[in-house]
Amino acid sequence: MSERLRILIAKPGLDGHDRGAKVIARALRDAGMEVIYTGLRQTPEMIVEAALQEDVDAVGLSILSGAHMTLVPRVIEGLQKAGLGHIKVFVGGIVPDEDVPALKDLGVAGVFGPGTSMQVVADFVRQQLAEA
Amino acid sequence: MELVKEALAANRYALARLISLIEDDGADARTALAALYPRTGQAHVVGITGAPGTGKSTLVNELAKGWRAQDVTVGVVAVDPSSPFTGGALLGDRVRMRDLAGDPGVFVRSMASRGSLGGLARATGDVVKVLDAVGFAVVLVETVGAGQSEVDIARTAHTTVVVEAPGMGDEVQALKAGLLEIADVLVVNKADRPGAAQTARALEMAINRNSPAGEGGEPAWRPPIVQTVALDGSGVPEVLKAVAAHREHLCASGQWAGRARARVETELINVLQQELLARLRARVGEGEMQAWVERITAREVDVYTAVRAILGPGTGTRMNADKRG
Repeated sequence: MSERLRILIAKPGLDGHDRGAKVIARALRDAGMEVIYTGLRQTPEMIVEAALQEDVDAVGLSILSGAHMTLVPRVIEGLQKAGLGHIKVFVGGIVPDEDVPALKDLGVAGVFGPGTSMQVVADFVRQQLAEA
Repeated sequence: MELVKEALAANRYALARLISLIEDDGADARTALAALYPRTGQAHVVGITGAPGTGKSTLVNELAKGWRAQDVTVGVVAVDPSSPFTGGALLGDRVRMRDLAGDPGVFVRSMASRGSLGGLARATGDVVKVLDAVGFAVVLVETVGAGQSEVDIARTAHTTVVVEAPGMGDEVQALKAGLLEIADVLVVNKADRPGAAQTARALEMAINRNSPAGEGGEPAWRPPIVQTVALDGSGVPEVLKAVAAHREHLCASGQWAGRARARVETELINVLQQELLARLRARVGEGEMQAWVERITAREVDVYTAVRAILGPGTGTRMNADKRG
């Protein structure tokens, strides 16, 4: 793995609010990581392709639309099919507590809701990738 | 090397990992580059540079689409700045390149500048070689948002496209040395905004006054000025034509080979400098280096005397004499 962590921050689906994604991208940048930001309305296929071309260590998905139980599995399946199963996936946004165990069962490394401190996210990503 | 073999066999993840290896200057990076080098020299390397926010990424998106419509494969390297404090970076050029997703004839890679100041990363030239070697017909290199003197791209690209936008300054800005001088094609983007015609006129004047003589008596290339609205694609076919015409000019005038040779010479000198410095530092040792820093800081000795003492006797040359070129 590169000494410089590369993280893809992506917004799958149709909700048009990317303030949270940008705040996270900025926080990880300030934590010394190279953050690739994809912009709004990405399909799972586009996210997998970007993760592959950019050779990232982790993918952060920002979802506010409530479609996480549809979108997250498609991203994870896509990564696995592309031989990128080693890439850590974390999710931020509006995710009801009862969905968190299901997402973790799918292989999501962490789920972060509103109010999470940026330091927590940056530390989490760094720690997850140190274990990898 | 397995990674090289797989990348040459069109394995896109192998290509991505190969690029990372070269970016990080890993142990195998040089072996990989040595294996790939004989296959390079095929691609037309096109640089896109200009101030932040002039629309470089959007133009790259449109140009790549244009080439794809002609069935030309396109590799894209998009450089954004690294933080001088944390080393982190936010690489946002893909935001404007979403149209290129899902096309196996396109490969987009974002690169952080990692401390380089000339508008590219140290490894950008080598990453271009990788994309060239695996067969992309055009390699588009987007620089960081360039000010006036981030002109490294002119040494990497065959054709340099400088992107301007209306309202970025008067004719005096256009007369200054630096970025405009390296333009092979000038684009005034956002041409639907007020002042575009004025900007184009100012550039026209600057070019008329400052047209360099042709090399070896060949007719000089006059950078065409193209007005575009990259957001809706207007003017983009004209940019594609201008880039193709510049390529023809380079080939017909012999400058293609000339530029290739000049590029190799610059590269050789750069790598020699890095390597010599690394070897010297290893020989002198960090302790002695720091001792010299102390002595120079304390005004016991000046920097030139110190360097002469560190290097020992040799053929005397004036410092900085090699900065030309």
